[in-house]
Amino acid sequence: MASPTFLSESECRDLTRRVLELSGADHCRVNITSAADGNTRFAQNQMSTSGDITNTTMTVTSAFGRQVASSTTNRFDDEALRQVVQTSEQLARLAPEDPEYLGEMGPQRYSETSSYFESTAGLEPEERARAIARVTEQAVSRDLVSTGFLVHRAGASCVATSGGLFAYTTDSRVNFTTTVRTPDGTGSGWGGTSVNDWNDLDTGALGRIAADKAEGSRQPRDVEPGRWTVVMEPTAVGNMVGLMMNQLSARSADEGRSFFSAPGGGTRLGQAFVDSRVTIHSDPEDPRIHSSPFNGEGLPNQRTVWVEDGVLRQLNYNRYWASRTGREPTGFPSGWYMAGGSDTVDEMIASTERGLLLTRFWYIRSVDPRTIVFTGLTRDGTFLIENGRIAHPVKNLRWNETPIFMLNNIEMMGAPVRISSGESAGLTPSVVVPPLKVRDFSFTSLSDAI
Amino acid sequence: MRRRDFLRTTAVTAAGLSVLGRPEALHGILSPTAHAPVVPDPDRRALAMRALDAARAAGAQYADVRINTNRNQAVSTRERRVTGLSDNVTSGFGVRVLVEGTWGFAASALVTPDEIERVARQAVAQARANRAAQLRPVELAPTEVEPSGVWRSPIRIDPFDIPIEEKVEYLFAANEAALAVPGVRFVTSNMVFLREDKFFANTEGTVTDQTIFRCLPRMNPTAVSGSDFQSRNSTDIAPMGLGYEHVLDSDLIGQAPRFAEEAVEKLSATSVDPGRYDLVLLPTHLWLTLHESIAHPTELDRIFGFEANYAGTSFIFPMEDFLGSFRYGPDWMQVVGERSTPGSLSTVGWDDEGVKPQDYHIVKDGILNDLQTTREQAPWLADWYRSQGREVRSHGNSYAQSWADVQFQRMPNINLMPYPDRDVSVEELISGIDRGILIDGDGSFSIDQQRFNSQYGGQVFREIRNGRLGGMLKDVAYQIRTPEFWNAMDLAGGESTWFRGGAFGDGKGQPAQSNAISHGCPATRHRDVTVINTARSV
Repeated sequence: MASPTFLSESECRDLTRRVLELSGADHCRVNITSAADGNTRFAQNQMSTSGDITNTTMTVTSAFGRQVASSTTNRFDDEALRQVVQTSEQLARLAPEDPEYLGEMGPQRYSETSSYFESTAGLEPEERARAIARVTEQAVSRDLVSTGFLVHRAGASCVATSGGLFAYTTDSRVNFTTTVRTPDGTGSGWGGTSVNDWNDLDTGALGRIAADKAEGSRQPRDVEPGRWTVVMEPTAVGNMVGLMMNQLSARSADEGRSFFSAPGGGTRLGQAFVDSRVTIHSDPEDPRIHSSPFNGEGLPNQRTVWVEDGVLRQLNYNRYWASRTGREPTGFPSGWYMAGGSDTVDEMIASTERGLLLTRFWYIRSVDPRTIVFTGLTRDGTFLIENGRIAHPVKNLRWNETPIFMLNNIEMMGAPVRISSGESAGLTPSVVVPPLKVRDFSFTSLSDAI
Repeated sequence: MRRRDFLRTTAVTAAGLSVLGRPEALHGILSPTAHAPVVPDPDRRALAMRALDAARAAGAQYADVRINTNRNQAVSTRERRVTGLSDNVTSGFGVRVLVEGTWGFAASALVTPDEIERVARQAVAQARANRAAQLRPVELAPTEVEPSGVWRSPIRIDPFDIPIEEKVEYLFAANEAALAVPGVRFVTSNMVFLREDKFFANTEGTVTDQTIFRCLPRMNPTAVSGSDFQSRNSTDIAPMGLGYEHVLDSDLIGQAPRFAEEAVEKLSATSVDPGRYDLVLLPTHLWLTLHESIAHPTELDRIFGFEANYAGTSFIFPMEDFLGSFRYGPDWMQVVGERSTPGSLSTVGWDDEGVKPQDYHIVKDGILNDLQTTREQAPWLADWYRSQGREVRSHGNSYAQSWADVQFQRMPNINLMPYPDRDVSVEELISGIDRGILIDGDGSFSIDQQRFNSQYGGQVFREIRNGRLGGMLKDVAYQIRTPEFWNAMDLAGGESTWFRGGAFGDGKGQPAQSNAISHGCPATRHRDVTVINTARSV
C-alpha cells in the first residue's frame, strides 16, 4: 500500500496507444483517470467507516464526421478495450450530426505544475487514524462530541487523441473537515481545509477551532432576520463567490440566459459589476492555486483573469462557442484565487458596532438564475458582534442573497486563505479567498437548527 | 447526414421497429442474456468465498462482499441537436469487515482471486488501525440467512435493448413539440438508464443476486422575453425503477406542449405579494417537501450524530423524547417506509447487508412511531421496541451506490398515505380556501442541518381566491418550520390524487453517495404558511 497504485505516464502512453490503434473512427479521444483514494470518517469520537479504493476509468469518445458518442470502462484487458471502442463507435454511428463538434486537437503545450506530493500518496490508515485522534482526544478531554472526515487521493489524469495530443499530470489532494458538538446539542462548531501536501495539514489546530466554536456557540439566542453587517470567514466567502464562478458560461450570457447577459443583448464583458477591490484569477502555474494544466479535451489551461478591479474581464468560452464568436477558448481550470487585503478578522470584528460573525453556509440552492440569488443557512459558529466584540452566539439564519450584491457591499478584506469549498467535504478544487466584512447581507428567517 | 436520411437508413432491430407512438410493437421484449454481468455467476460465488475466507483468516468476525457491475446510459439533447450520448460500465468489488467491533472497507476494480484476497486483508488491516480509537463496539442485530436469493426489477422492456436512434428521435419529437409553442426559445431533454448487477455474500451464509433497473425521461423548455427568462421542468414525470416502458407510458411528447405553454405563461405571471397564505400542494411538488422534512430527519444514524459533518443531525433529539409522543401531524396522517412497491426506486429483494426489507410506519396516527435502520442501528432502538412489544431487527435500509462505496443507512421509499375517510379531490382542497396558492411541480429547495427550517419553490404557481383557481403567479417560495407545517395540514387528497415522485440523486455520507428513492403522496392543504417573493434587482 505504500506505493501509489495508479497508472504512470508510460503506462498511460501504452494504454492510449492500444486504444487509438483499435479505433476506426475519424476522431478518437481517450480520457483516463487513475487514482488511489483513501478516507476515514469519524463520529461520536471514534472511527465510523473508512475506505481504500483503487480504480482506473477510461472514457473513449469516437466521432465519424460530426457524429460523436462516448463509452466508459474500468477494465483494460484486450477484450474490454475492444468492447469500449466498439460501443463508442456504435453509438457514434447512430448519433445525428452534432454541428458543434470540432474534432479532436493535435499536440499542445502545457504548464508545469507541482501538485503531487509523496507525503499524501504514501498515506497509510494508521497515520490517518493518528491525525484523527488529535481531534477526537481533544474532544473527549473537553467533554465534546467530534465528527469529521479525512479524504485523500493520489492519482493521474491523461488525455490522448487521434490528432496526436497527449497530456498527463499527477496530483495529490487531501480534504479534512470536522464538526464538533456539545453533548446537550446546543452548540456546534466547524473547522476545515484542503491541501495538496499532507505535511501542510494540522488536524489538531482545526479540531481546536471547531471545539472552541462548539463551546462558544452553546445556548444561542434569537436575532431578527433582515439586513445585517457580516464578518464572513473565508469558507463562507468561498461558498458564496463560488456560486458566481459557476455562472461564467459565455454562451449562456450571449443567449440571454444568465446574469452576465446585458439587458437588450450582448454580455457584460468589460463592465464594472462589483467593487473595484475584487480581482479573481485562475493559473495552473500559480503555486497558491493547485489546478490541472488541461481540461477534459486536452485544452491547455492558462492564466486567466476573470474579474479585475471589479470589471468582468473574461467569460468561459468552450471551443465551439469560441469559434462561433471569434474568440480564443478559455477552458476553466476550476481552481481560482480571489485577491484580498490586509485586514484581519479580529480587526473586522473590532470595527463593527453591530453585526454577525459567520463560519460557513449550508444547503445552498438556486432560487433565481437571473440574479444568481441563492438560499441557504448559516451553520456551526454564528455569533453576534456588538461594539467591536463577540457578544454571544446566535441561532442560525436562512439567507436569500446573491454574490453580486455581496461583492458590491464590501467594507473590509483580509488575506486570502485556501478553504474546503464543497458542502460534502469531498476532494474539491483549489479555492483561495479572503475573509470579508460586508454590509446589508439579507437574512430572511430564523432557524432552530444547531 | 441529414436527420431524415438517418431515419430511413437506420438498422431495424429484431426487438421492433423504430416507430414512435406505437408502444405495443415493443411490448413483451425481454432480453435476459444481453449485457450479462461482466463476471459470470459461478465465478462470482467462488471469488466471494475467497474474499470471505481471507477476511476471516485475517481476523474478521464478520465480512461481506459485493461484486457489482453498473451500466449507465444517458442520451441528452437540446433543441435540434444531441448534446450527449454515453454508455458507461463500471465493475469491481468491495469488501466490508467487522474486526472486534470496528468496520473496515476496501475495494478494487481488478476482479481476480489474488486481488480479492489482498483487498480483504487490506480491509481488515484498516479496521485494526481504526480499532485503536474504538469507544463502543459495533453490534449487529440478527437476521435470517438467505442462501440463494434472486431478484430483478419488474421491467417489461430492457432499456438497453432499445436502439439509441429511437431514444434520440423520441427526445427530438418532444423538443419539436415544445419549440412549436410561440415564445419558447430553448429546450433540453434527456433520458437516463441504469442497470445494477449486484452479487452479495456474507460470512453468515447469505448470498443474493439482484438486477436493478432505473429510468428517467425529462425535459425543460425555456421561454425568453426582453428582460426575463422562465423554465418549466417536466416534474409530472418521475424517475422510476422500471424499464423503457416508463418512457413510453410517460408520454413526454404529448405533454411537451403543456410544459412549454406554462413556461411562456410564467413570463407574464404576476409577481407574488409576500405574506401568509393557505397552500394546496400537488404531489408532483409535495414529494420533495416530504423527503426533506420527514424522510431525512428520521434517519437513525443522523439522529445519533453520524452525519453531523455533512448532511447534519435531526431535530428529533433526544429520540426518547420523540418516539411515541411527538405529534408530526393530524391523527389521520400515516407515513410508511418500504422497499416493496413494484416500480419504486428503492424497491429490492434484499438490502446491501442481505436483509429482507420490511414495511414500517414511521408516523402512525400522526405520531412519530419508528426510525430507519440497518443491522448496526436496530439495537439502538432496543428499549423502544421492547416497550412496544416489537422485535429488534433491521428494517433493511442498507445501501451502497456502487462496488467502490461502503454500504450504510439510506432512506427507503417513504410515502404519505392518502386521506383515509373518503376520496378527497384537489377541487375540494381548493374550495376551502379564501386566499391561497396552488403549487405544481418541485423547484428550488433548501433545508437547515437539523431539518427544522426549509424553503421550497415550484414549477407552476396559481392563485386561489374564494375557493377557485385564478391566474398564474411567479417568484414564489414558501418557508416552513417542520413541526408547524405538518400540523397545519388540515386535509389531504384521497387515492385519486396519488402520485409517486422521486429522485436519483439523494446525497449523504462521506465520501458522498447517491441514493434513489420514490415518494408517493396525495395532494395536501396547509393553512397560513409564510410565502416570500424571490425576485431581486441587482
